[in-house]
Amino acid sequence: MEAQEVYASLEKLFPGKVRDFKSEVREPYLFVEPTAIVEVCRFLRNAPGFRFEVLSDLTALDWPKQETIQMVYHLFSYSHNHQIVLKVDLPRDHPRIATLENEWKVANWFEREAYDLFGVIFEGHSDLRRIMLPEDWVGYPLRKDYVEQEEYDGISTQRAPLVEKLLR
Amino acid sequence: MKPLINSLPETVFTTKVDDILNWGRASSQWYMLFGLACCAIELMQTGGPRADLDRFGAVPRATPRQSDLMIVAGTLTYKMAKRTKLLYDQMPDPKYVISMGSCSNCGGLFQLAYSVCKGVDKIVPVDVYVPGCPPRPEALTEGLLRIQDKMMRERWLVKPAKVADEQPSA
Amino acid sequence: MLFDFANVLVFTALGLGFVGVNLLIGKLLRPANPQARKLSTYECGEPAMGSAWVNFNIRFYVVALIFIIFEVEIAFIFPVATVFRRWVEGGAGVFALVEVLLFIGILFLGLVYAWAKGDLEWVKKIRA
Repeated sequence: MEAQEVYASLEKLFPGKVRDFKSEVREPYLFVEPTAIVEVCRFLRNAPGFRFEVLSDLTALDWPKQETIQMVYHLFSYSHNHQIVLKVDLPRDHPRIATLENEWKVANWFEREAYDLFGVIFEGHSDLRRIMLPEDWVGYPLRKDYVEQEEYDGISTQRAPLVEKLLR
Repeated sequence: MKPLINSLPETVFTTKVDDILNWGRASSQWYMLFGLACCAIELMQTGGPRADLDRFGAVPRATPRQSDLMIVAGTLTYKMAKRTKLLYDQMPDPKYVISMGSCSNCGGLFQLAYSVCKGVDKIVPVDVYVPGCPPRPEALTEGLLRIQDKMMRERWLVKPAKVADEQPSA
Repeated sequence: MLFDFANVLVFTALGLGFVGVNLLIGKLLRPANPQARKLSTYECGEPAMGSAWVNFNIRFYVVALIFIIFEVEIAFIFPVATVFRRWVEGGAGVFALVEVLLFIGILFLGLVYAWAKGDLEWVKKIRA
């Protein structure tokens, strides 16, 4: 099934919830409203003809000028060999979205990573905590306005470049 | 019974005993396998048959309790830094650290990253820095030989000399 | 004959002395810097949690039990072997041999029982 047909079916079944399909790129994507993401994903996973069994990737983008954090979901189907990308725009100051853990178990770790690096809160997630950075890290590093902290655990995060040290 | 460390006058006999002790230590540096990233592959190869570390008496140990050399091979993150410090503290004296590769020397390729500790010498005292990304087995072997030289210069039985750069490491 | 025991005493003393002198030299020559963090329990860099006393595999007990029984059997056969020549010269050789073989035979039945029950297997098959 082509991505255009997937979009057309979704538009028919979820009127008003999907918009802005872009097809000239290598991986066509479409935008979904944040409130509808769970039902759209459940439909895409279970409906015959779509059958997106695999959530390949779940990540986010930070657009500070447009004040949004954009969630990106890559779905892939082994049985029909097609893929689609869903994007969701979230407000940057309180990014909250429902969890997809109940559809795809792998979303558990992907969402922990998105929380760790962007600060996106996933409602309904069973174990939302940092996955890569230490538990007591402050800040969300992949945001564009992230400022590295001066010191962590007594270790200074700065290091003078060697040339400066030699010239001193 | 107090140890006899650094308490005897400097005679031919005591310095020869020191030399024998140092030779024994230098010829059997048991290193703790502390491969964190890609430098670990080169560390394994240095321990492998072609560039053999075992011919210098250096065998890998998995635990800090049985090792007297810690070869920090790979990128050190802040999360790992706390554990590295604890493992270094759990090594018995006298202990040495080789910082292998750019990442543990200064943060290396990932120096601008938020989660990378810019050099292992921010948490443990390093004796020899081996540059490279990753260093060839010959380079790491040279690092080991430099530690051997450092060990041979130390004084155990002999009272320490008054000169500042001859402090023993007791 | 008593002089032979003096040999054993000298050997024991030399052995203990060797170990003791080595430990003493080590104590005199090694550095001693005990620190709290150095003495803490090793757990791969993390602070130790929980008790280190875990249940060991019960198969070791079974193996040790079977070993003890047959070891004692061998220990009983050794003195028989040392005096056997004297018995043969005294004419009671066949009687002694039959007796020893009977002893080994009874314990062999025990070994067959343990074998059939599967106690000598490390990985036991589940009988469906």
